[in-house]
This record gives sequence, C-alpha cells and structure tokens, in this order.
Amino acid sequence: MNRATFPHRFLPWLLVLPQLLISLVFFYWPALQAMWQSTLKEDPFGLSSKFVGLENFRKVLSDPAYLNSIKVTAFFSVVTAFLSMSIALLLAVQAEKVLRGKAFYRTLMIWPYAVAPAIAGMLWLFMFNPSFGTLAWPLRQMGIDWDPLLNSGQAMGLVIAAASWKQISYNFLFFVAGLQAIPKSLIEAAAIDGAGSARRFWTIVFPLLAPTTFFLLVVNSVYALFDTFGIIHAVTGGGPGKATETLVYKVYNDGYNNFLLGSSAAQSVILMAIVITLTAFQFKYVERKVHYG
Amino acid sequence: MADLGMVGSSKRSRVVAHIFLILGVLIVAFPIYYVVIASTHTLQTILRPPLPLLPGAEGPANYGEAISGGIGRIGGVSVGRLLANTAIVAVGIAVGKIIISMASAYAMVFFRFPFRMACFWLIFITLMLPVEVRIMPTYKVMVQLHLIDTYAGLILPLIASATATLLFRQFFMTIPNELLEAARVDGAGPWRFFKDILLPLSTTNIAALFVILFIYGWTQYLWPLLVTNSNSMNTIVIALRKMISFADADTPWNLVMVTAVLAILPPVLVVVLMQRWFVKGLVETEK
Amino acid sequence: MNNLNMLAASLAALTLSGMAAQAQTDISWWHAMTGANSEVVEKIASDFNASQSDYKINPVFKGTYPETLNAGIAAFRAGQAPDIIQVFDVGTGVMMGAEGAVMPVADVLTNAGMTFDKSAYLPGIVAYYSKPDGTMLSFPYNSSSPITYYNKDIFEKAGLDPNTPPETWDDVWSMAKTIKESGAAPCGYTSTWLTWIHLENFAAWNDVPYATQGNGLEPGATPELEINAPIFVNHFQQIADLAKDGTFKYGGRTSEAKQIFLAGECGIFTESSGGLGDIVKSGMNYGIGQLPYDTDGNGPQNTIPGGASLWVMGGKSDETYKGVAAFFDYLSQPDVQEYLHQTSGYLPVTMAAYEATKESGFYDENPGRETPITQMMGKEPTENSKGVRLPNLPQIRDIENEEFEKMLSGDQTAQQALDNAVERGNAAIKEAMGQ
Repeated sequence: MNRATFPHRFLPWLLVLPQLLISLVFFYWPALQAMWQSTLKEDPFGLSSKFVGLENFRKVLSDPAYLNSIKVTAFFSVVTAFLSMSIALLLAVQAEKVLRGKAFYRTLMIWPYAVAPAIAGMLWLFMFNPSFGTLAWPLRQMGIDWDPLLNSGQAMGLVIAAASWKQISYNFLFFVAGLQAIPKSLIEAAAIDGAGSARRFWTIVFPLLAPTTFFLLVVNSVYALFDTFGIIHAVTGGGPGKATETLVYKVYNDGYNNFLLGSSAAQSVILMAIVITLTAFQFKYVERKVHYG
Repeated sequence: MADLGMVGSSKRSRVVAHIFLILGVLIVAFPIYYVVIASTHTLQTILRPPLPLLPGAEGPANYGEAISGGIGRIGGVSVGRLLANTAIVAVGIAVGKIIISMASAYAMVFFRFPFRMACFWLIFITLMLPVEVRIMPTYKVMVQLHLIDTYAGLILPLIASATATLLFRQFFMTIPNELLEAARVDGAGPWRFFKDILLPLSTTNIAALFVILFIYGWTQYLWPLLVTNSNSMNTIVIALRKMISFADADTPWNLVMVTAVLAILPPVLVVVLMQRWFVKGLVETEK
Repeated sequence: MNNLNMLAASLAALTLSGMAAQAQTDISWWHAMTGANSEVVEKIASDFNASQSDYKINPVFKGTYPETLNAGIAAFRAGQAPDIIQVFDVGTGVMMGAEGAVMPVADVLTNAGMTFDKSAYLPGIVAYYSKPDGTMLSFPYNSSSPITYYNKDIFEKAGLDPNTPPETWDDVWSMAKTIKESGAAPCGYTSTWLTWIHLENFAAWNDVPYATQGNGLEPGATPELEINAPIFVNHFQQIADLAKDGTFKYGGRTSEAKQIFLAGECGIFTESSGGLGDIVKSGMNYGIGQLPYDTDGNGPQNTIPGGASLWVMGGKSDETYKGVAAFFDYLSQPDVQEYLHQTSGYLPVTMAAYEATKESGFYDENPGRETPITQMMGKEPTENSKGVRLPNLPQIRDIENEEFEKMLSGDQTAQQALDNAVERGNAAIKEAMGQ
C-alpha cells in the first residue's frame, strides 16, 4: 500500500511512546512474570519456591479437569455466540421490515450493553434462583423440576442465557447496520424474479452479511471466552460439579481459591497463546476487509 | 434506507415483525425493568415469590434510605462519592485510551519510522488479553509503582489494550492520500493536519469509542477490588457486591436493588443519549 | 501520658471526631463482612477510634472471604500486607502454614504487656485457632456453630410435636419423611454448607476422625482423608435417598438453602447459628434445636466453629503491634462482645461476655441463641473435635461439593462420591504439601 506520510523521524516515536510504555509496564512485564511463575512451584505466600520447568504445563494438560474445562468452554462459547447472534439477526431483520418505531425498538434493545457482567449475573441469579426467583416460580408451577444447582444442563442453560442476553444488543446494532448497507436494488431484482422472501434472505441477504457475521463471530468468541467471567462467577461459580467451569474461570479458581499458583499461571500462559492466535486471525481478516472496503 | 424497508414487506409481515420485536424487547429489557420494579418494594415482598410485576409503594422510602445513608452505612462511604469515583474511572479510561491510541495510530499510519512494524505488533498482541488473566503480576507492578489507592492505579492498567488503537488505525487508513498531499502542499505540518482535518473527521469514531470505553470502565469489578484499600476509593459496583451476602448477614435486597439501579442508570443514559453517534461510529469503525 | 492527658485526648477525639490527632498510628483491617455485619465492623472501628487517640483502625472491605484472603496474600507478596486480616475458617490451615508471614496473636498481646489469659475465652473456639502446643494464633472475631432450625407450623400440620426438635439424624430422616408424606410441606429437610455441617462438624460432633494425623493438626506424615468410613457413607446415602423424591432439597454449596427454608418449603433446616437474623426477621414460627448426632458415633462431643478470625501479619512496627493489641483488648471487652454477639448472631468469644449476656436475660428473650454456645463448650475437645487443619481445605471442600452434587443428581452413590472425594482430596493434599 502506498500511503503518503510525513517525513519526521522523532515525532512518530514520541506519539507511540505513551502506548508502548503503558503496554510494556502493564502488559508485558506482568505477562513475563506470569510466564516465570508458570515454571515455579510455590506456596501461597511465596515463602518457598522451586523451579520445576514445564512440570506445571504437563500437569495441566494431563488433568482431566482441564480437558473437561476445554469442552465446557467450547460448548458454552459456540452456543452463546450462536444464540446471541441468531436472535440478534432475527430481530434486526424484523426491525428492517417495520416502518414505525424503529428507533424506539433500538433504544430499548441496547440497554443490556450498559449493564456490568457482575450485575447481570446477580440479576439472572435473582430471577432464576430456585427458591425465591420470580421466574423460577412459574417454571416450578408448570411442573418443571427447575434446579440449576444440581442439574448441570439447566445450570449451563442459565449461564448461556445470561451471557447471550448481554451480547444481543451489540450484535443487533451490527446486523442492523449490515442490513442497511445491502443495496436494495439487488433485493428488488430478486423479488421481480419471483423469489420468495425466505429465499431472498438466504440467497442474497445472508451471503452479503457474511463479513458482518464473520466479524461478529470473532468478537463473540472472545466475549464468550473472557468477558463472561463475571456472569459465571455470580451465577453458578462453575458448578454443579464442574459443569460450567470455563477456562478463564478455572484460572481464577485455581489461583484464587485453591492457591495452585504455578498451575494457574501455566493456564494463563496457555490462554495468552490462544488469545494471540485469535488476535492474529482477526487481524488478518480485518486487514483483508480494509483492502476491499 | 429511507425507503420502505425490505422489498415486499406486506402489512401482514410488518405486524409479524412488530410482534417479534416486542417479544425481543420484552426479553431484552425485562431484567432491567425487573430490577427497577424490585427497587420499589419492601424487603419482605422481594423475598416472597412471586414478585409483583408492577411498581410498589416503597420506591421513595427505599431510595430515600439508600441515598441518605443506607448505602453509606454498609459501604463506609457516601453514594455520591461512589458514583463520582466510578465516573472518574470510566471517563479517565475512556479519555486516556482515546488519546494514547489516537496518537499511536496516527504515528503508525502517517509516518514511516524504524521498527514501525515491531511497535505495531508489540501493541497489537495486547489486543484481547483481559486483565483477569494477568491480574496478580499486574497487581505487584502497581504496588512497586505506588499506585494502590490512586485513580491512576484504577485507570492505567485498563488502558493497556490495543482495541482502540486498532480501530483508529483502521479508520485512518481509509483517509484518502489526496487529503494529506493537499495539506502538505498548503504547508500544513503534522499537528495542523491532525487538528484541522483528522480530528473533525474522527468525531463519530471518538464518540462511539467513548461510549464503549466508558461502559468498560464503569462495569469493572475485580480490578478495582484489588487496587483499592480505602473505602473512599471504591466504585459503585464494588459497593453493590459488598451489600449482597449469601452467608451469615442478611442482605437488604431492597437497598441492593436501588444500588443496582444507580449502578446501571448512568451507563444506560450514556448509551441511550449518545446512541446516534455511538451506533454510527461503532459500525463505521468496524467496517 | 498520664491519665489526665489521656482523658483530655479521648475527649478531644470524641468532640472533634474526624480530626486526626497528631502522631496517630494507622492500623489497617481488611475484612469480608457484608450487609448488616459490615455495619457492625464500621461501628466497632469508629467506637474504638473515638475511645482513644493513639491508634486509628481503618476497616477495608476486600470482597468475599476468598477474595479478602487472596488480596492479603497478594499484598504480602508485594510487601504491602495489611496489619490485620480477617480469614475464614477454612483458610486457617493456609495461614498456619505461613509461619513468618504472620504474628501469633498470643505474642502480639504479651509483647504489648497485656496478660493473655486463655481461660477467658470459649474453649472450643480457642482450640480451633491455636497451634497444637496451645499458642493462640489468631483472634476469633466471628464464630458460629451449626444448629437445627424447624418450622413449627409445618410440624403441626404434619402431626409432629412442635416442641420436640429432632435429636438424632435418624429423627431427622423420619420426621422429614413424615412432613413430605403428610403434604405439610413440599420438602422435609434442607441444609446449608454440606461440607462444614455434614463432614467437618459431623466428624467432630460424633467424635470420629475426618483425617489422619489428628485431622491434620499434628505435624509429621501427610494427613489422609477418612471421610469414606461407613458412618459417613451411611449418612450421605440417607441424604441421597431422600433427595430422590425431594424429601431432602439441595440449596447450594454455601448458605443458599436458607432461602428455601425461609420460603416455607422445608420443615427442618440445619444452618449456621449466624443465619438466625434472617429467620427472626422473616416472622416465621420457628424452633431451634442442637445439631443432630449419629447414634453409631461416639457423640455428641462438641461442634467446631465456622466464621472467621483476625490474623496479624508479620514484619510490622512495634507501635503497630501495640495498636493491634489495644484493639484486640478493646474487642474482648464484655460490652463490645455483647454488642457483637447480640447484633450479629455470632458467638461471644469470651466467657465474661457469655455470662453477662446470660445474666441480662437475653437468652430467655431469645431462646435458641444459647444452643450454639453450649454445643461448643460442653466437653473438652478431643483429637477429632479440635477442627480440621488441612493446608488446602478450600480446595478439599470444592472437591467434596463437586462429588456431592454428582451424587445428589443421581449420577453416583454415596460410597462412590466419598471414595472419589478421598482419592482426589488426598492427591490434592499431597500436591499442596509439596510431595
């Protein structure tokens, strides 16, 4: 790419310096310390410590609980991303159809975006608490044995619902914008050809939305992987059993509650690797998009 | 998009669309409606299911008690201070991140300098790693720098991520070369080009990022909990958490609900009031 | 400073509250108290600060119990440890393992020239927070003990005598079945804290071992769990059987089951004595009994405390330690203990406060408030009833809870659940002890 530039030599350094400094001090330095920690075996207070090389990684990767956590995370992320995206798409398509009230619907739809995960978790827990939750009560009146404390399927359902709920707003906004960018002439032409509305959607609208969908897929995976910590922490605490223990929750739980510092640090390092891969992936994709756009 | 929406949207399909949207809004807005309703009932009503779905008569009493000292009694600091702290942190993160990321994106797009790509990658790797994962070592750094119990300590580590830089970089790269060339012909230096051309063009993006980052800052929990030792530095989300007890003490759920409303309201207002720029900027930056 | 000066200073502190006197030593106190108990912390601290002018206690909320402990550990590692930190019961083993990081409370008090009389404190509580040689390590701030609550209205409806609480676990099972079968309530029995009540206290109360090496109290070999002994297996199989048709209802790993009882869903409920406040407030017609015991065991012996204690961190200045000692001395005063005990529902830690409360007629007005205390002081603690002191008890509890949840959802029997808990728990203990 041939971009016109300013010829200065020192000014650009001055401009990137603040960000570089902050990244180095608050990101790289702690990240290096986490890597170093991942090779140690230490008591919680750091009174004794022993270098064990890659032992922590070996233990983590051969731990059935960790493998379980990978499965839980994959399931949780895929379902959360799918659910929040498909609901948002459905609503966005409906919002395109209506003539009046579009702004009204949008305004109400974006509220959850502003709610802290810790508060969202509390709200959902409160609404669905088996003994006093307002929404658990009708479930039980209907004869459903609502018990997310013991039923791992229901527990998973609850955290997925809470996590998807928070993300619908964001996806909705993007799908609305994506839909608006589709040239109406294309759809009209298809309509003249006699294509039904369902067919028009799947053969024209949906493929043209692919860039938005793909972008949202990455964003939603990252969201489900990391930002849902507050929700899981508040709603299930990883239980019942280990049914809702995601990778990030496990890092927290092993390091915080169980004092397995080395293991927790090793898990952080593995997560960092996953994140860097995802970043590179997204970056590559975004680069390509800029080319086209 | 001022046309009649999707082609062939008959009256019937519009009615169906409204039904879907109303259902969607009900689901999406219900939990927030619910907390507002709960904040107007007595503790006994809240704990005895089912909760009425209409406002109760206790609203003024609950809010009065919470604001005049109920929250302060439990949190050890007034609700005004909590909200002010949270606002300072949220605005600090938003403004700080916008400034440093605009500067570095500007440098990377409009200048050529040695190790430009190295800088680029150093910054971009930090894109998505949440603070929860590196929280302990980061805490140690804060102590070494004497940043515990300071606004800088609450703000700076949360600025260390590249999302905003990436977005500005994307946007700057869509600026046509001709603009810069024309500016240079007019003898404009980097500062004038930035101030007179780039900044005005970026307003929607800045507005969108401000909203996103404000909310990010407002909703933090684990980090503020760790780096504040003094009650007077607490944020509203921490105060809320402090009030909820599933253990031995009783939880004043009516006050909890009021606090939750107070904690949710400011970011909701920011999103709703700024939604025009927010939505436009959000979508444009991501394109 | 002579007495007159002291009087003047405290008067000044009282009248000019908020104005810091000169050369005051600040003492930080990290705690995990929420709700009404957080108010109590703030009040005790400000009362202490107003009572003298040399020291100023600064209470700081640091999140839940685990969050507070972790914040303390992180701060210690960074050289910024607080002066006093509140650590929950299961964190006791972690703190005891950190010699050098903490300063025994007994030393803090004697170094400050105070006579430390152990007999002034309730024996069951002191034993839990002491080293095997008897040195008291931490100051018991909030202690509770599990007791039985029951709903008298449900008892009457089910045709049970509302003035007779269950005495043994067999009573609980049969009464729960009666309640369920008579339709008096949808569930007969529920409990908070299965690990604390049905394992740790079950072992102490029935005087059976929880783990080898005196429940981990004695130094030497790595302790091994013994919670898959027949008495535990039979107990949990009963619970699992009752859970099948909802006669027993699970509420969660910590105190969540309280809401089930408050909603009137279950007739019988075992929970910490600290949970009384909510039950009183709910206006329920409730009764209280002592924790049931197992007729196959050797009890009732004594229960072990839950709650938390205050630890003093090491490496602070003498002045700070003097202030901490003054504060603990203040905390031990009968009127402060009475306030703490009567407001929060936690147990008094000194005999004097207990006697004073008793004399004031508080227990006559509030029947049941004495039960958790008598449970804990009845007998001299045995090897099985001094407490459980494993280095990683929080993790062990997690493992136990996970296995119980699988058992209660019908995936495994009590024998399998407890065998798994022992196997996984022993591996975790070995790991934690660095072997």
